[in-house]
Amino acid sequence: MPTRTIAGATVDVNDEGFFTEPEQWNEDIATELAAESGIDELTPDHWKVLEFMRSEYFEKGTGPTVRVLGKTSGVTVKELYQLFPKGPAKMAAKIAGIPKPRGCI
Amino acid sequence: MTKQVVILGGGTGGTLGANRLRRELPDDVHLTVVDQDDSHVYQPGLLFVPFGLAHPEDIVRSRRRQLHSGIDYRQESIDHVDLETQTVHLADGSTLAYDLLIVATGAVLTPEETPGLDGPGWMEKVFTFYSPEGAAALEGALASFREGRLVVNVVDMPIKCPVAPLEFCFLADWYFRERKVRADIDLVYVTPLDGAFTKPVASQRLAGLLQEKDIELVTEFNTGEVDGEAGRLVGYDEREVPFDLGVVIPLHSGADYVGRSPGLGDDLNFVPVDEHTLQSKAAPNVFAIGDATNVPASKAGSVTHFEGEVLVENVKRFLAGEDLDASYDGHANCFIETGFHKALLIDFNYETEPLPGHFPASVGMPLLKESRMNHLGKLMFQWFYWHALLPGRDIPGIGADMPSAGKQTETAH
Repeated sequence: MPTRTIAGATVDVNDEGFFTEPEQWNEDIATELAAESGIDELTPDHWKVLEFMRSEYFEKGTGPTVRVLGKTSGVTVKELYQLFPKGPAKMAAKIAGIPKPRGCI
Repeated sequence: MTKQVVILGGGTGGTLGANRLRRELPDDVHLTVVDQDDSHVYQPGLLFVPFGLAHPEDIVRSRRRQLHSGIDYRQESIDHVDLETQTVHLADGSTLAYDLLIVATGAVLTPEETPGLDGPGWMEKVFTFYSPEGAAALEGALASFREGRLVVNVVDMPIKCPVAPLEFCFLADWYFRERKVRADIDLVYVTPLDGAFTKPVASQRLAGLLQEKDIELVTEFNTGEVDGEAGRLVGYDEREVPFDLGVVIPLHSGADYVGRSPGLGDDLNFVPVDEHTLQSKAAPNVFAIGDATNVPASKAGSVTHFEGEVLVENVKRFLAGEDLDASYDGHANCFIETGFHKALLIDFNYETEPLPGHFPASVGMPLLKESRMNHLGKLMFQWFYWHALLPGRDIPGIGADMPSAGKQTETAH
């Protein structure tokens, strides 16, 4: 498994850059990953989604799909795309430091 | 003492489960199957209806008549399940108490979840072949379609039979070529996935087939709205795909009553179960099978068939107070119609993606490769479905565990 250094910390990631050890994540890492993805500033709405992604992951073992996010996070799918334009499920999972959602089967 | 086993749903999983259990359980276990109607649809047949290759009446039979003697059939809608009191509440106000419950009510289509999809143009310019009515209506629309853009769109996963939308594209290509109008028709496949299919090797092969057949592939498209009147799909990322005829596979959910049953389902009304034992995570005396579960396998008849063996074993063990059998491996086996009397076959499980080779061993049906034999296999399967799979008989040479013998694990692309 590859590793990379973000915000001064060395973390384990997969080939696509998703975290494999979500415990290695912190808020500075999120800010730097967001900047890499073109999000200059993480607003309270961004944080709400990121925290929701992490709590879902720790509860259920996989990050939510966009559809489940829209139903349960309190943020509509349209808003999710405004917050994470490159696709909320994948982009937010990457910034939230959780593995790639398993949604696709 | 008499025990009550209640099976919700008289489709593939409920029927084959009930028939197998009736054979294997003693007479003091009472079996009841509940469903809201008496129409058992052979769902793989829906794909052929729009092309005039099957007729709706040929693929529907009585649910009740697929059940063997010694099984009660109750035709009523389900209101909800109370896990605490172990009771099923039916829509007419009556109740069924259970010692063990099996949820086999499959998946339902929810077009109303996508803005515009069931609005103006629905069943006029925008169709689905995932319901008998939709498939029949689409037959008329295809027959009069002579030029323009036909767009096939999967709104989001999970859907039943994830290969069916691709098969629809391949069959449409064949259908329009036979009618000598293919040159005036653009075929477009629009998917939320990042490729033609979910698993890498198969995805690449299927993308190759789309290209050979001159079918455009649009990936990572998340449909936010279907504008039937203007004829366009609008993505959440504001991309637009115009169409003259839209074939849309709506979002799927578990049955509505699951959502009304506290603790039973997840956010999409599918029933969370252990992926190897099929035991519900909500209560130990509840199991689920087929499309109704949340297991990370395709929602497909073959999956349900292979799950059936583990389900029956575990119901027997649970009633006897024994440890469960954790042997379901996610095995799925699907024919993919590619038109011109040919089909592909794919065989896979939780761990192993669909690979080339032969099934079930090195001498057998070709995997991930077009052949006439696979097409004949697909056509023959309808007979097996009614006469072997639903009665709960084993199909010779096709076991619940995925065979590895004929698969090429190192693939040359």
